[in-house]
Amino acid sequence: MFWTKKDLLGLEYLTQEEIELILDTAESFKEVSTREIKKVPALRGKTAVNLFYEPSTRTRVSFEVAAKRLSADVINIATETSSVKKGETLIDTGKNIQALKADIIIMRHNCSGAANMLARALDISVVNAGDGWHEHPTQALLDIFTLKEKLGKIKGLNVAIVGDIAHSRVARSNIWGLTKLGAKVTLCSPEILLPPGIETTGAKTSSDIDEVLKNADAVNVLRMQFERDEDAAFPEQLDYFKKFGITEERLAKAKKDIVVMHPGPINRGIEMSSGVADGKNSVILEQVTNGIAVRMAVLFLVSQAREAKQ
Amino acid sequence: MSILIKNGRVIDPANRIDAVLDIFIQDNKISRVAQDIQTPAEMIINADNKIVAPGLIDMHVHLREPGREDKETIASATAAAAKGGVTTVLAMPNTQPAMDCPKSVELLQGIINKNAKINVQICGTITKGRLGQELSDIMALKKIGVCALSDDGCSVDNDVLMLKALKQAKPAGLLVICHCEDKKLSGKGVINLGFNSTRLGLRGISNASEYKRIQRDIELGEKSGAAVHIAHVSCRESVEVIAHAKKKGIKVTCETAPHYFSLTEDALLEYDTNMKMNPPLRSKEDLMAIKQGLKEGVIDVIASDHAPHTENEKDIEFERAEFGVVGLETELSVSITELINKQILDWPELIQKFCLNPARILGLDRGNLTPGSLADVVIISDQQTWVPNKQNLISKSKNSPFLGRSLKGWVDYTICNGRIVYQR
Repeated sequence: MFWTKKDLLGLEYLTQEEIELILDTAESFKEVSTREIKKVPALRGKTAVNLFYEPSTRTRVSFEVAAKRLSADVINIATETSSVKKGETLIDTGKNIQALKADIIIMRHNCSGAANMLARALDISVVNAGDGWHEHPTQALLDIFTLKEKLGKIKGLNVAIVGDIAHSRVARSNIWGLTKLGAKVTLCSPEILLPPGIETTGAKTSSDIDEVLKNADAVNVLRMQFERDEDAAFPEQLDYFKKFGITEERLAKAKKDIVVMHPGPINRGIEMSSGVADGKNSVILEQVTNGIAVRMAVLFLVSQAREAKQ
Repeated sequence: MSILIKNGRVIDPANRIDAVLDIFIQDNKISRVAQDIQTPAEMIINADNKIVAPGLIDMHVHLREPGREDKETIASATAAAAKGGVTTVLAMPNTQPAMDCPKSVELLQGIINKNAKINVQICGTITKGRLGQELSDIMALKKIGVCALSDDGCSVDNDVLMLKALKQAKPAGLLVICHCEDKKLSGKGVINLGFNSTRLGLRGISNASEYKRIQRDIELGEKSGAAVHIAHVSCRESVEVIAHAKKKGIKVTCETAPHYFSLTEDALLEYDTNMKMNPPLRSKEDLMAIKQGLKEGVIDVIASDHAPHTENEKDIEFERAEFGVVGLETELSVSITELINKQILDWPELIQKFCLNPARILGLDRGNLTPGSLADVVIISDQQTWVPNKQNLISKSKNSPFLGRSLKGWVDYTICNGRIVYQR
């Protein structure tokens, strides 16, 4: 199995084998971060550009750490202070970065499909660090990596994803990745936050969190983005916590070893209680650590694919 | 000038003609349609194995002039129309300024007289500035010569105002063309609502936002007695609503555009902004219903909804890109490919939807080959294959959803008012 794609745009576009290759590669990179000298020369002489059109700290830093541990040079472009503010189009910005002989653009963008568009326009690699409501592939890959590390497999697992599915790129990428690897996915959400036709992916839907938790081997709790309430369809915060919040009481009725995940940052007391976030089932900080290995794997693979083509 | 067109398969639904005949054009009029005409002519066109039909009438076209000459001009759009076999277009009023008063219409008429290669009819607005607040002076627009009214791109949300408009349009004898969209329902949607909008992470536009507004406009049309025409029908429920109204004897007509019977929402999976238009490409089921509606006569007219946009406005993030696609140069070929060759319509039925029906709906004395009428004629090679690309499209904008797709049939000659306006 070889990796042949110059870009990583979403898990919808990957085969089961390609996802497994990323996970296997990540496993071999994980050890690097435990060394005294946390660096390998895999991407020495390569330049990765973080191009973030949306504020992000954790994803940007995680990519930066990953690239640096592979010995790549990393440039951060904050769009608030760049020529983007002067009205430059996305494709022009991308072509300028390409002309600087950068090798990889890591992009976060508020418009769905922005990474697809940029990847089509450029010869260099584009890694999607989240586009609109579309996909956030490296987040899903690190969720799946963590899950596999904890439970030994993905196939056959019951995984619940709880929260605002409609506006979540994390949910979409997780659904594609998990179903391709043979997990059974249940989406638990107020009906108004379920996007149309989502069952077509093979995921089941429910609005009864207690019922869903009974069978779940893992639960991935999405951040409720009340601050982004453009569609005015969001339920009341307190009401949401009462009906869907993950609490110690709810968890007490779930499987004893249920794995609790969250892509962060957590709204304590809105989508999960502090007790759960810091409790024995939580793997939230391990997800952050694994994010580095997964992103190292992705940067390495897309870079190799481009070299093989040249 | 006299032109003799020999041996073509002449299709003229107005006179129930579908036969191999000759056509003699003298000056700007059809002189004779008969077998084996021997009258000497200044020009003879051999139309062996070709279709000869009335020039197409496209009743939904955005010429962009005045105001957005960077997208298209009267000169470039009418040249593109002629290449597509179109001899009459109805110019939509969403120009800058909008066609909401005699002064603006006169400005446009001046440009048309100077630069148009084919016949251009003007559509006035229903409300001033198409803002849906205050009615245009409908009688004054009629007097200056508009042939229909529309707030194209917008629906008049206010029921009372829309009814008032229809009540004034009726005595003026003006058709009211309805862009049926309830923006409260379609909101900031950019593609069809469904699994594809979900997987792409884009806001959806429901069928309900279209057919519910069609329902309202038909009701108001019935109440007022005015002639109502529904623009760009795209989904199954809309076809059903219109079929139901027609069965009840309500005076309503409608059109669809070639992209709604040739493409589905699956064309959007790569975020191609040339597939972005309003209403959006719908599901396969909707496409089948549009074809069925054409076959059963529920849908009267095929019109392009030609909407040119510059690359700057299309080569950007999907949700920020403009809605709309060009269509003047491809509408006939797409119809041959999807309707004739797939046996949805036969040639007389297709020509009826492109010529006779729009002429009747707009009250134009065109769209037929009756001796004595203005000579608008198109000669078509229906077996030829071509592929639209950015080089062979002559419209100023290249935002076609059919770039790179193989299409059947092209236009060899377009004759408008007895003059050859396009020759391949």
